Amino acid sequence: MAISHEAEQERARKMVDHLFRREAGRIAATLTRILGPGQLDLVDDIVQDALVQALRVWPYRGLPDNPRAWLIKVARNRALDRLRRSSTLRDKEEDLKKWISQSRGEAGQPRESRFVEELSDDQLAMIFICCHPELPPASRVALTLKTVCGFSVPEIARALLSAQPTVAQRLVRAKRMIKRKKLPFQVPPPADLAQRLDSVLEAVYLLFNEGYAAHSGEALVRRDLTGEALRLISLLSAHPLTSKPQVHALAALLCLHASRLPAREEDGQIVLLADQERSRWDRRLIEQGSRHLGQAMRAQALSRYHLQAAIAACHVAAPGYAQTDWKKILDLYDALIEIQPSPIFRLNRAVALAFVEGVEAGLESLLEIEDNPALRDYYLLPATLADLHRRAGRGREAARFYRRALQCPCSGPERRFLERKLKQVEGASSRS
Amino acid sequence: MSKFLLLLHEEPTAASNYSPQQMQDLIQEYVDWSARMAQAGHLLGGQKLVEGEGRIVRQDDEGLVVDGPFSETKEVIGGFFMIEADDYDQAVQLSRDCPHVRYGTRIEIREIDERHQEEE
Repeated sequence: MAISHEAEQERARKMVDHLFRREAGRIAATLTRILGPGQLDLVDDIVQDALVQALRVWPYRGLPDNPRAWLIKVARNRALDRLRRSSTLRDKEEDLKKWISQSRGEAGQPRESRFVEELSDDQLAMIFICCHPELPPASRVALTLKTVCGFSVPEIARALLSAQPTVAQRLVRAKRMIKRKKLPFQVPPPADLAQRLDSVLEAVYLLFNEGYAAHSGEALVRRDLTGEALRLISLLSAHPLTSKPQVHALAALLCLHASRLPAREEDGQIVLLADQERSRWDRRLIEQGSRHLGQAMRAQALSRYHLQAAIAACHVAAPGYAQTDWKKILDLYDALIEIQPSPIFRLNRAVALAFVEGVEAGLESLLEIEDNPALRDYYLLPATLADLHRRAGRGREAARFYRRALQCPCSGPERRFLERKLKQVEGASSRS
Repeated sequence: MSKFLLLLHEEPTAASNYSPQQMQDLIQEYVDWSARMAQAGHLLGGQKLVEGEGRIVRQDDEGLVVDGPFSETKEVIGGFFMIEADDYDQAVQLSRDCPHVRYGTRIEIREIDERHQEEE
């Protein structure tokens, strides 16, 4: 019998968190370098085959001593099988054979300790090709989740709140476009780096936002997505080629936002910033965010991520909601809107303005975006209007806007929050 | 204590529908089950069978017939565990929370007959 009691007990350890996802991303990156980015479909097949093989074998035999090396070896053998059947790919054999010795590290020892921090140049190139500016933004996020983060199509569909066929089609088109346009698999040369990095950061930012502000379904925050976004940005900020100020700025922004997540929801109910128990904020992420913000300040020019991170830093720095430096936040929003005149930033600016100059000033500044088509289905606009009217003592108006907010798409926790607020203002105005 | 063979029936193609994370979670469930079984002194071993292979040898009117390999077969025995248990009731009890009950198609439990050796 293959398994003795002692050996099995010794082997019965936990696999590294998300080992399969991570390994799927790593193997895909190296295979893509060797086989070429035109072969992404083949790469996907080989990766899936290798993981399936593990699923077919490990339950009976237990975990291998070095799960990573096992998976790489199987993937390499699958790739070799496929190459031998294809005349165009036969010359890649030598590179494939070299792969195993490269991945083993020194003396064949697994390098588990560096497991999460390590970002190979292959993976970096993979991130850049998935977020290539030639691809539509929505496809960039989907392709990154698929090939870098090891998500399946159903998982991506669930994460991005899209239908599975839509996601599948986006992936097919993106891969086809990479092949047709012969996009190169490389970290961009210095001259292109800044622009290419922008599109990578945009994808990571989108990914985080999708996770942070889920506007339908039951989960207020989809931890899987915020987690992946944080992982990607920390990989990018740690890699010497991409450790740029704007990367650190986005890293700071994401860390500081994520630090408040533990206090943001309780028993499926939203807890607003004003009511959050600040002791529940994640100190480790706050420190990490502050460090990134420090490194971001080496910049010649401030990006929108710098300003957003600085705003997030103001909130985290305040000992309580009442002590928030709203004047500084207002200034930062003004600077931010100058760089990017987004109606969502204007909405947030109005909240700050209401604290600095009073509720009526806040309401007045919202007049110019009230009919903005981009905000038509955005529940936070009527919800903000409702809150400002409530503070001005106009319960009826507040109720009217809460009702309007409830007509916008929102998640279960958001809906319950709005219903609770509506009841409060209705109760208050009927008493008065 | 008697020995029991757990034959794990499964559909080999089912595995290809899982996402990487699901595959990992699944493997972890098996590993945890095996560890629990080993710790309680029930697990004697386990083996995986080579896929898509297998022969059946039998005699018919024409003579000796050999069937296989069986790569087209929908359901196969993927592997087996050998466990020790007091009786069938306990063997069933132990197999009940093996993840294979949910992810494979079924587990067939057979007792190894050791009684007659002693009687003879």
